[in-house]
Amino acid sequence: MAQDLVNTLADLKEQEAIEIVKDRLDAGEDPLKILEDARKGMEIVGNRFASSEYFIPDLVYSGEILKEVTELVKPKITKAAESKKLGKIVFGTVAGDIHDIGKDIVVFMLDINGFEVHDLGVDVPAQKFVDKIKETDAPVVGLSGFLTLAFDSMKETVDAIKTAGLRDKVKVMIGGGQMSDEIKNYTGADAYGKDAMAGVSLAKKWIGASQ
Amino acid sequence: MSSDEKQEALFQKWLTPKDSQGKDLKFQNPQAEKAYKDRVTIIKDAIQMKKLPDRVPVFVAPSFFPVYYAGITPQESMYDYDKCCMAFKKFVMDFEPDGNLGAYVPGSGRALEILDYKLYSWPGHGVSPNASYQANEGEYMKANEYDALIDDPTNFFSNTYLPRVFGALEGFKMLPALTGILEMYGVAANFIPFGLPPVQASYKAFFEAGAEALKWMGAMGAWNDEIAAAGFPIIATGYSKAPFDVIGDTLRGTRGIMLDMYRQPDKLLEAMERITPLMIKMGVNTAQMVGHPLIFMPLHKGADGFLSDAQFKKFYWPTFRKVMMGLIAEGVVPNPALEGKWTTRLEVMQDIPKGKIMWMIDQSDIAKAKKTLGKVACMFGNVPSDILAVGTPQQVKDYVKKLIDTCAKGGGFIVSNGAFFDQAKAENVHAVVDTTKEYGVYK
Repeated sequence: MAQDLVNTLADLKEQEAIEIVKDRLDAGEDPLKILEDARKGMEIVGNRFASSEYFIPDLVYSGEILKEVTELVKPKITKAAESKKLGKIVFGTVAGDIHDIGKDIVVFMLDINGFEVHDLGVDVPAQKFVDKIKETDAPVVGLSGFLTLAFDSMKETVDAIKTAGLRDKVKVMIGGGQMSDEIKNYTGADAYGKDAMAGVSLAKKWIGASQ
Repeated sequence: MSSDEKQEALFQKWLTPKDSQGKDLKFQNPQAEKAYKDRVTIIKDAIQMKKLPDRVPVFVAPSFFPVYYAGITPQESMYDYDKCCMAFKKFVMDFEPDGNLGAYVPGSGRALEILDYKLYSWPGHGVSPNASYQANEGEYMKANEYDALIDDPTNFFSNTYLPRVFGALEGFKMLPALTGILEMYGVAANFIPFGLPPVQASYKAFFEAGAEALKWMGAMGAWNDEIAAAGFPIIATGYSKAPFDVIGDTLRGTRGIMLDMYRQPDKLLEAMERITPLMIKMGVNTAQMVGHPLIFMPLHKGADGFLSDAQFKKFYWPTFRKVMMGLIAEGVVPNPALEGKWTTRLEVMQDIPKGKIMWMIDQSDIAKAKKTLGKVACMFGNVPSDILAVGTPQQVKDYVKKLIDTCAKGGGFIVSNGAFFDQAKAENVHAVVDTTKEYGVYK
């Protein structure tokens, strides 16, 4: 049955996945085991997205199923799950820009790939990035932006990180709408990721996790 | 008239324009008149693909760039129509593109304020006075409201959607279905809601916004007259949308529509079919009213990555194509903007009669686009925002030359930026126009 949940979730069979979870909870199974299976299912979803078998709607739908599973399981959890996160990442859409679709997809993919993502939301002032880096000690920062005005906001954010004396401690990736390597150079970031998977690869490379 | 004749008639209207008062436009001088007609003619030739244009036309299609370039803020441009007109006039006069989008981009901040618009944040209302307006996605239509939309889209808009996106139109929730006013018995009962204070308050806002919109349109009309009279044709009039984007952008939102693709695909497909004739009428009515063949179509959620090929073919393309075919049948030239990358969609989207569409291309593989879409339709765009913002004029020049080499052969191509930009170096924008005029000649 464990395999069933992993696969039904990976195959995006919403009703079946929910039924399995309910059955397993009724049978008195350790809720953390169920969540672990759900995580494995999401890992497959992530792999299918990476290999262009799945696209954004499939990702969104899988996230929705996971949410339902989590809501069913959460009340039954008594002890805290031990999380073995790969590393911390501070993420946000830069000042002046309120676009979140692209950012949310990258955050989602980073999350299911095992990173602890601190998502600051949209229209995030440079100082807020700096504060969060200080607070979390995260070694990776992701700057998202859709508009051309984000070019300057990204540059200002990287500058603020520099001024705060943190530039050597973090790697900065940028992505979204009209971003490119050209803009990476302009902003002083370390890399440009053309899509969510590129963001995951960069994070893995920088945080030193194996594929 | 056949659709070809209807298209030709709309082009003739564009070539011999009326002013905003409905009289024949008075050009500044014979040179300006010739420049205007030459420009429209090369754009027409590029679109129709029947004969080679005299040279490669060039557009500059910005978002708020003219505003920053003129040294005012987006907020000023939305609240002071004179300043807005000044900025966009300066932009056209300084850069001299063959086609421009008018001064419509900023719109009327006052009208949005009167209506308490929630769907967008605009300068001073949710984003800084120096930023452009941006949409706030949400589920403005709930998952269980497809039947209401399908049964009566207009009623759904007036009584459900508008009160949700405009705070000042809350009272419209109480409106009756106007189809109830059939005869004697329907009058008294159905007029009751119009007497209620919330409904009357909403109508008050409605009228105030209408008056403000008229004021704004007065400024736009005068601007259009002046700019056309100086020899510069406008390529933007009205708009229409792909039904998938109608539902995915502002009704159900990205997340909502993507879940609907799984949970209620038939309802989604039915709703898109229902919206299709409305989108056709919207474009045709504007084109006929203005006397201009081009209708803009901003496209979003069909881009690469947003949908799989199968999802694109099932959910996006069929009704998008129907809207375009409906516009084409009435002589309208759809101007769909493929923002982002659409490389994997190009082959599917060739399935349209020749010489009827003007595509805006952003980051799609332009060589592939020329070999697919470009065989049957005119394309403009592809000069990237990044080099316009942070590159050098030489980089722009090299890019434009290569673009012309790749795409301009045989006609059907117009040089332009690929995405609606806010930030750019003026010298780079000049380089787009100047390089095209210098290098884009058919020998």
